[in-house]
Amino acid sequence: MRNLLIFITKYNAFFLFLIFEICSFVIYVKYNSFQKASFINSTNQVTGNLYDRADELKGYLTLREVNDNLIRENARLRNQLKSSLYIDTVSKKMVIDTNYKQQYEYISAKVINNSVNRRNNYITIDRGTNNGVAKGMGVTSDAGVVGKVIFVDKHMAIIQSLLHKDTRFSAMLANNKEIGYLEWGEEMNPHKGLLIDVSNNAQPKIGELVVTSDLSLFPAGIPLGKVSSLNAKGGGFFLNMQVNLAVDFSKLQYVYVIVNRFAKEQAGLEAQEKKNE
Amino acid sequence: MSRIIIINLIRFVLLVFLQVFLLKNISLYNLSTPYLYILFILLLPFEIPNLLLFVLAFILGLSIDAFYDTPGLHAASCTLLAFVRVLFISITVQKDGFDNEPEPTLSIMGFRWFFTYALVLTLFHHFFLFNLEVFRFSELEYTLTRFILSSVFTVFLMLVSGLLFFRKKERK
Repeated sequence: MRNLLIFITKYNAFFLFLIFEICSFVIYVKYNSFQKASFINSTNQVTGNLYDRADELKGYLTLREVNDNLIRENARLRNQLKSSLYIDTVSKKMVIDTNYKQQYEYISAKVINNSVNRRNNYITIDRGTNNGVAKGMGVTSDAGVVGKVIFVDKHMAIIQSLLHKDTRFSAMLANNKEIGYLEWGEEMNPHKGLLIDVSNNAQPKIGELVVTSDLSLFPAGIPLGKVSSLNAKGGGFFLNMQVNLAVDFSKLQYVYVIVNRFAKEQAGLEAQEKKNE
Repeated sequence: MSRIIIINLIRFVLLVFLQVFLLKNISLYNLSTPYLYILFILLLPFEIPNLLLFVLAFILGLSIDAFYDTPGLHAASCTLLAFVRVLFISITVQKDGFDNEPEPTLSIMGFRWFFTYALVLTLFHHFFLFNLEVFRFSELEYTLTRFILSSVFTVFLMLVSGLLFFRKKERK
């Protein structure tokens, strides 16, 4: 017995090895042959939890990729929406009449950018040179004059709104045809304009319609606003009056670009005249 | 003494995590899979009692098994590894030298000894592990290829980690 103990202690490593190896084999054979959920596998709470955490972390690492994919997906879906389709066919309103030659054409456009609260306001529309829009054309809405085109690209154009310190349109009083200029007032109110340089002979009434004159780039008679008060500052040789603008610029959605077919001819003639002088 | 325990504890956790969350996903052509976690057993101090060594090896194997869903497989391999380790050290290292050489690390024992040590132990462990895992002889060729390539990978990682934590002062 004593010898046996000495033997065991001398070769303890081997016996320990045997014991643990047998334990391992028992576990291995027992749990692997049945492959059942047991306490030493990943259904175990500890390891399962750790795997969950690692998975969460992995999820964070791939967030960028997932986001990219989602954005691409979104873009793809949005492209299929009707509202994102650029409507290429422009309905130009035109009446075929053999007695009168058509001078003005209307191109409908949608406002895609707008501002009213700056000193100089611009409007962007979704029509450009592809649709026949050119620099210098007048723009109206169903209510009245909006502004004029100053920059054109293929699919877009920028309109210098009436609410701009440099915008000035030839206007007249609807009843007695007295001519003056309409511009934006100094107080930056998007509903008020100023009709200036009207001759003293005119007898304007409050509420009288102000329309575009024949001298403007618009057809004559497009409404600009209504006279709201007569005692505007300034004066002297001419009458100045305040005008309530016809167009509510803050709610502008659709506009018409007016093509004047004779604009080129007129411009050419006038240039020639200038040269002759 | 407590320092050694803490260091080994940290090493245990670190190696298990490294193995389970990183190296488990690494596999070169499905042939070479490193099992670096056995480095823990390799780096245990020389004076460690045999009983503690086997218990630790067994626990390490079981923890790896818990993550690999193979109860007993790594435990068996680790127990064998511990036994081989005892034999190898008793053959190659003089008992007298233990006082100033507490741990069989690369920086203390030198490259040649550590390389042989790591290689022999890894070969035993991997051979046992792969064959136990497959548990049949019909796929012997494939198993042997995996065993050789995995051993190379593991030993390589061991040497890299040994060089990473190389401390020059300890070598005389």
